[in-house]
Amino acid sequence: MGTLDLIWLVPAFPAFGAAVLLLFGKRIGEPISGWIATGLMFLSFLTSIVMAVAFVGLPSEAEHRHVVTVFDWFASGGFEVKMGFLADPISITWILFVTGIATLIHLYSIGYMHGDARFSRFFAYLNLFVASMLVLVLGSSFLVTFLGWEGVGLCSYLLISFWFERNSAAVAGKKAFVTTRIGDFGFMLAMFLIFAHLGTLDYGAASEGVSELAGGTATAIALLLFLGAVGKSAQIPLHFWLPDAMEGPTPVSALIHAATMVTAGIFIVARAHPFFEASQVSQDVVMWVGAITAITAATVALVQNDIKRVLAYSTVSQLGYMFLALGVGAYGAAIGLVVAHAFFKAALFLGSGTVIHGTGENQDIRTMGGLRRYMPLTALGFIVAWLAIAGLPPFAGFWAKDEVLAKAFFHGDYAVWVIGLLAAVLTAFYMTRETFLVFLGNERFRAAAHGEDAHEAHADHDAGHHEISTESPTVAYPAAPKEPWLTHDPHEGAPTMIAPVLVLAFLAVIGGLIILPFKGIEILGHFLEPAFEGVKPIYPTSFLAGFGLSVVAVGLAVTGIAVAISMYRRGLDDPDDDPVNRRLGALGRVFGNAYYVDSTIGRLVGGPVRAFADWTARVVDQGIIDGAVNGVASGVSAIGGGLRRLQSGIVRQYAIVAFAGVVALLVYVLVRSL
Amino acid sequence: MTFPVLATLILLPLVGAIATTMVSGKRVESVRIIGQITALATLGVTLWMLADFRTGRAGYQFLSDHSWSSDLGIRWIVGIDGISLFMVVLNAILTPIALLASQRVEERAKAFTAWILVLEAALMGAFLSLDLVLFFVFFELSLVPMYFLIAGWGHGRRQYAAMKFFIYTMAGSAFLLVGILTVAYLHQDATGLLTFDIRVLQRWAPAGLAPATAAWLFAAFTIAFAVKVPLFPLHTWLPDAHTEAPTAGSVILAGLMLKLGTYGFLRFVLPLFPDPTVRYAWVLLTLAVVGIIYGAIVAAMQPDLKRLIAYSSIAHLGFVVLGIFALTQQGLDGAIFTMLSHGLTTGVLFLIVGFLYERRHTRLIADFGGLWKAAPVMGGLFVMTAFASVGLPGFSGFVGEFLALLGAFLTHRWFAVVAASGVILAAVYLLWAVQRAFTGVPEGENATIRDLSIRELTCVVPLLGLSLFLGFYPRPVLDRIGPSVKAVVAHVERSTGYEAPTPSAPESEETPAGAESEEAE
Repeated sequence: MGTLDLIWLVPAFPAFGAAVLLLFGKRIGEPISGWIATGLMFLSFLTSIVMAVAFVGLPSEAEHRHVVTVFDWFASGGFEVKMGFLADPISITWILFVTGIATLIHLYSIGYMHGDARFSRFFAYLNLFVASMLVLVLGSSFLVTFLGWEGVGLCSYLLISFWFERNSAAVAGKKAFVTTRIGDFGFMLAMFLIFAHLGTLDYGAASEGVSELAGGTATAIALLLFLGAVGKSAQIPLHFWLPDAMEGPTPVSALIHAATMVTAGIFIVARAHPFFEASQVSQDVVMWVGAITAITAATVALVQNDIKRVLAYSTVSQLGYMFLALGVGAYGAAIGLVVAHAFFKAALFLGSGTVIHGTGENQDIRTMGGLRRYMPLTALGFIVAWLAIAGLPPFAGFWAKDEVLAKAFFHGDYAVWVIGLLAAVLTAFYMTRETFLVFLGNERFRAAAHGEDAHEAHADHDAGHHEISTESPTVAYPAAPKEPWLTHDPHEGAPTMIAPVLVLAFLAVIGGLIILPFKGIEILGHFLEPAFEGVKPIYPTSFLAGFGLSVVAVGLAVTGIAVAISMYRRGLDDPDDDPVNRRLGALGRVFGNAYYVDSTIGRLVGGPVRAFADWTARVVDQGIIDGAVNGVASGVSAIGGGLRRLQSGIVRQYAIVAFAGVVALLVYVLVRSL
Repeated sequence: MTFPVLATLILLPLVGAIATTMVSGKRVESVRIIGQITALATLGVTLWMLADFRTGRAGYQFLSDHSWSSDLGIRWIVGIDGISLFMVVLNAILTPIALLASQRVEERAKAFTAWILVLEAALMGAFLSLDLVLFFVFFELSLVPMYFLIAGWGHGRRQYAAMKFFIYTMAGSAFLLVGILTVAYLHQDATGLLTFDIRVLQRWAPAGLAPATAAWLFAAFTIAFAVKVPLFPLHTWLPDAHTEAPTAGSVILAGLMLKLGTYGFLRFVLPLFPDPTVRYAWVLLTLAVVGIIYGAIVAAMQPDLKRLIAYSSIAHLGFVVLGIFALTQQGLDGAIFTMLSHGLTTGVLFLIVGFLYERRHTRLIADFGGLWKAAPVMGGLFVMTAFASVGLPGFSGFVGEFLALLGAFLTHRWFAVVAASGVILAAVYLLWAVQRAFTGVPEGENATIRDLSIRELTCVVPLLGLSLFLGFYPRPVLDRIGPSVKAVVAHVERSTGYEAPTPSAPESEETPAGAESEEAE
């Protein structure tokens, strides 16, 4: 057991890095601080591997969970929580891909953040972000997880609004924190309920107690936890913070979307699955919220023109798939998709970061095109990741998504299966559109595009969008900027930026190996099994039926790709005239504005909500309550015959007399006690 | 005779205050040095006392009991237990910091220093007194220095604010004085002994008082303490007092004087009137929850940064009252922990706003912008403190608020649910303020603002560091609070039919058959 007792080192390395860089980062400077952070992250990754090996090496008859207590955290009456870490298949899986991908993102950031005034600070936050995520997944109780959970929220705020000089960034960070806090409220209430009924927040003890809970209580706990998950994982109706979160530097987006933050919601449902298993209602809610989010976000992604915004909605949609799987009870399939998605989404985000970096901070895919000639390696990585997310075999995305859909089918949830298939078609379409508009087709960045001004205009535009105000927020739709912008050729990124993209793309290809659905070689599924003991497995009715489903899924993915290729093969003749808008018409506007959810909330908060708060502060507080106080006071003073001056004199006298009295008292006591 | 450590804590600052008055007013430096040495010496004695404090004991320690006026039954009884311990420690920590933060006070520095020390002495006395009259004297006495600090060194409408503060609290105290005298008189009537000793009275009062009388006395004590906390809707003196007070005054007002109210509930109301406490807990819980939500909403709309923090204090103290009237171990632990934690984090917020005011001569959020870029250390610390104040795990605020909410959830589920939504609102008002004042590009005077000096960092960093430490390792505090809280809860349980719930892991063999159906409803 000795090795596993050191599992606290996994979060400790990046936490240490964060502390050092926060305190001395400025003196250490660029690029050393970046290398320190990356190095510590890599150490954490190596430690994770050692832990995984030690864990696999446990004798087969051993219980497949190991708890390490570091110190006592809370103790109040019967409420006791230890700062403890839990090694089990779920946490081991998570720490492996979190630390692995985070290391690559750290490495990439050294190049990406080159020259930034707060270079060291950035790496301090990155380290803290990953450390929080690791505490989240390693926590041995709900409360320790919550510590990491909120730490992730803090870091997302700090990193999304890292360039806080831009108002849009500052607002996006705040929006992310406040929105996810709504979910945290649910998480807290769930903990209260668990403690009230089970007397513990420890995962092990709580899971064992679930069977004794009444159905209603289990449902309440599960749904409250799910509220937390919905916030962190950006599911409807708390999804709107994630697309804005791209205001942060691109490596942050990669980290949020792939390794940290958004997978926390999936994690907590998987970790607390006994509560969900005990309540059919909660499972149905999880499944339907996932399915609806998957399809809705996919439709929004169809018409986005910002390279990162397409990916952001794609993440929301993919997370919907994962929740769909969780709701069905296919935990292994959900986690498989988490891992596969982490690989290709990190590759896509880092790739788009290189694109943005190499094209003078342009993010509008309508004014790109043909970039594969200028950044071939990045293009290679991006294209592989595209094929993976589109769901083509043999890439990891295919195996993972196919597994999710198959489980839904064989569980008998046909409606959800159909929705999932539709979303898959859309995914194939919008990712093909993005890939073609960015890397293939005609070069549109010379004549038709924009420059620094336009970029600032874009930022200003976003500022209006994010501010809590009555202004209507819009999602860059549809007019494209006109002035020429790029005076030099787009350029490929630094080696430290290319390597991570290629490694991740490679993983997106071979990552499928660990989730192959064939009996006997389902590495991940087999590894996770002990953690989901007692969960009813879902088997295909026959091999042929499973194969048939896969054929249907692949066929639909190919259709989506083919349609997109037919539309964007040559790129765009006129950046203002996107065929997808022409075909979708009014519907396209609805999609483009993300169903007007964000703008409606913005109007509500900026309008009635703010007016109510203002009314409370001015009329109720100052007018009525304080008015009454002053009314009483002036009434008394009027009775006193307007002796205002004397009144204040009395206070003074009283004060002095009281003071003198106490002095006398103290002197007396002093004398007596001597 | 053992060394009278608690009397020293009260007298030492007083002696220092007298010493400062003997120095010539022109020798500002000497005045400051004497003041600081006194405050640090008091801190030293406090830490020595803290080290000597026996963890795990519920009763009063360092007790000293002397007759003062045998005719009137008033005694000099001072003692300390888990409930008062950290208020005394906080007082000893905040006073030197308040003095250090006030180095820019040039005008009548001598009187300023003296009043701060008198305030420290009065607060020490109030938290240490176990005789009701003695407590009342110190409770009232603390108003005097605060009145002079606001009226003499405040801003803007300081006369108005000081007067409002004084008269409002005095009006509340009138109820308290009547209540104290009535309890003592009734006790004398019943037993023939005239005493104000809380230890004696709390043994007699729960059974000795007629229910109706107890309810009236409960109301009298409660009004006095509710004004002090302040509970909605008796809070409007607070924003005015805070806004006009000098920085040191705000730090001590928020950190300690408000806590006299919640301390009063814990020390006097629960032990003396357990029956009405249980019966009318819902009234105070309602006001606490309203205060949490209402304070947050009104805070969000304040144009003045200091007023915003003042209203946030109303919300924080709402959590304290919620925890107290939850009447569970977790609730009371959380309440006391929050009393300490709020003193640390709100102290830092007031200090930084004070430093800002010294630089920019304004506190209006609209006048700021981009300060994080212009003064990165100040900006970073303010943001960090904002998150501490929001109740982020890892900071002390979370420990207190979580326990208070958890404790309330066990007995008054729906109050806790509504109160918990306050954690969302806290994020809204603080982060919105951060966004407007600290993010963006600094312009004009904001662009050339000085970052925090070493002296200013010395004020801020220890408080924030302590908050961080206690967020990760609250045990040293919780272990010392625990036994005294347990005794109070047990006292309430003994005196009434009330039983605090004690959730424990259900063990299948022991779970009664009825438990399932009970939970189902």
